[in-house]
Amino acid sequence: MTGRPLVDWGWVVGHLDDIALATLQHLGIAALAVGAGFAVSFGLALWSVRDRRVYGPITAISGILYTIPSLALFAVLVPFTGLSVVTVEIPLVAYTLLILVRNIVAGFDAVPADVLEAANGMGYTRGQRLLQVELPLAIPLIIAGLRLASVSTIGLVTVGSLIGDAFGGLGVLIKDGIAAFFPTKIYVGAALSVALAFGADIAFIRLQRALTPWARARISGR
Amino acid sequence: MEILAATLAWLADPAHWQGPDGIPIRFVEHGSISVIAVVVAGAVALPIGLWTGHTGRGSLLAVNAANIGRAVPSYAVLVMVLPISLQLSPSYGLDVIPTFVAMTLLAIPPILVNTDAGLREVDRDLVEAARGMGMSERQVLGRVEIPLALPVIVGGIRTAAVQVIATATLGAVVAYGGFGRYIIDGIARNDDERLLAGVLLVAGFAILTELGFAALQRALVSPGLRRGGSGSPFQEPAEMTRATGG
Repeated sequence: MTGRPLVDWGWVVGHLDDIALATLQHLGIAALAVGAGFAVSFGLALWSVRDRRVYGPITAISGILYTIPSLALFAVLVPFTGLSVVTVEIPLVAYTLLILVRNIVAGFDAVPADVLEAANGMGYTRGQRLLQVELPLAIPLIIAGLRLASVSTIGLVTVGSLIGDAFGGLGVLIKDGIAAFFPTKIYVGAALSVALAFGADIAFIRLQRALTPWARARISGR
Repeated sequence: MEILAATLAWLADPAHWQGPDGIPIRFVEHGSISVIAVVVAGAVALPIGLWTGHTGRGSLLAVNAANIGRAVPSYAVLVMVLPISLQLSPSYGLDVIPTFVAMTLLAIPPILVNTDAGLREVDRDLVEAARGMGMSERQVLGRVEIPLALPVIVGGIRTAAVQVIATATLGAVVAYGGFGRYIIDGIARNDDERLLAGVLLVAGFAILTELGFAALQRALVSPGLRRGGSGSPFQEPAEMTRATGG
């Protein structure tokens, strides 16, 4: 390998469409996982807010899931769900639960009690209060959870490629690069995966600013 | 359930408990790289975290740097180190070096962030009182701040250790040993028993480490602060996030 540059730009220019396709697939798999994880977590968090007794068991179970290595969890599903997109999505969704449930519950917990009382006094129903008062105030912590979940999910999609080529996104480039001892593919795949993670993080920061205009006055370090 | 029985039979087979591909050797490989990575990461992150947490200077910089590090998946680090380390050292560049580098970089952020946060969370009045009693800065750190912050600091080491043990599985991708070997080989050979045995071994190792550290963390709460036990064993320390790539 000596004498060969680490990145062969000629290859990159010649394979821009393959690279774009892998990047889009990567993003799609991650977005589906974070979206589904958020839907499940939101339900579990609301249940926990209404009934505190379920919060401990929910975080304990999602904590155990979280401890299982991603490669192991992908691999364990292959004999059952085969090489399908489901095999990749189940672990990715499972890993988002702990972060998201915790942050969503913390977000609702952070709403001051007198605000809730004021809302009650103004005649809000429970549903209205949830949507129009509690949810907006919980947004900073909810988005903090989404940032962590999306960054880690985008990284984990690359690991999915070890199970099969069909749903590995940029991980497939990395895997091929290792198999063929062709560092260019490794670096392109890894660098784009990192770039996607940063991009998602920045997108959520922007989203938070857009959704919480009242907080714009006091800008602090992140 | 048939496959589960077959996996348990695989685990019970004495042939799988000896030789270079036996469970004891794989355990030693997996455990040793994990311990070394966490120790090296601690040697780097603890002094920095103690300094930023104690002085309050550089905290934002250290924590932001750690968070950027978290956005880089371990799998990406592993494979990006590979072409370089292969050129530097043909004998260790393929397996040991990439795994070690990726695991150490994975372990630094949680230890750094928790050490810094643990120290900063110590009640400023206590620190002022300690100074008022004539303690030197070193004594304030050693006798007041570190004991009070110890559960949070250990929480960071716990997160680091569990993430490293879980992620060291990926070392098998670059020809390192450890329990990940069974998973990668199981996939390659279409050998589901081997694969699932690897999954059970590595998940068990990670979960036992988590529970061990949880017990240690509870034992380390300064006696003066101990109240009724609360929280599940999976309650995590401040500012924790999953390994990106574990």
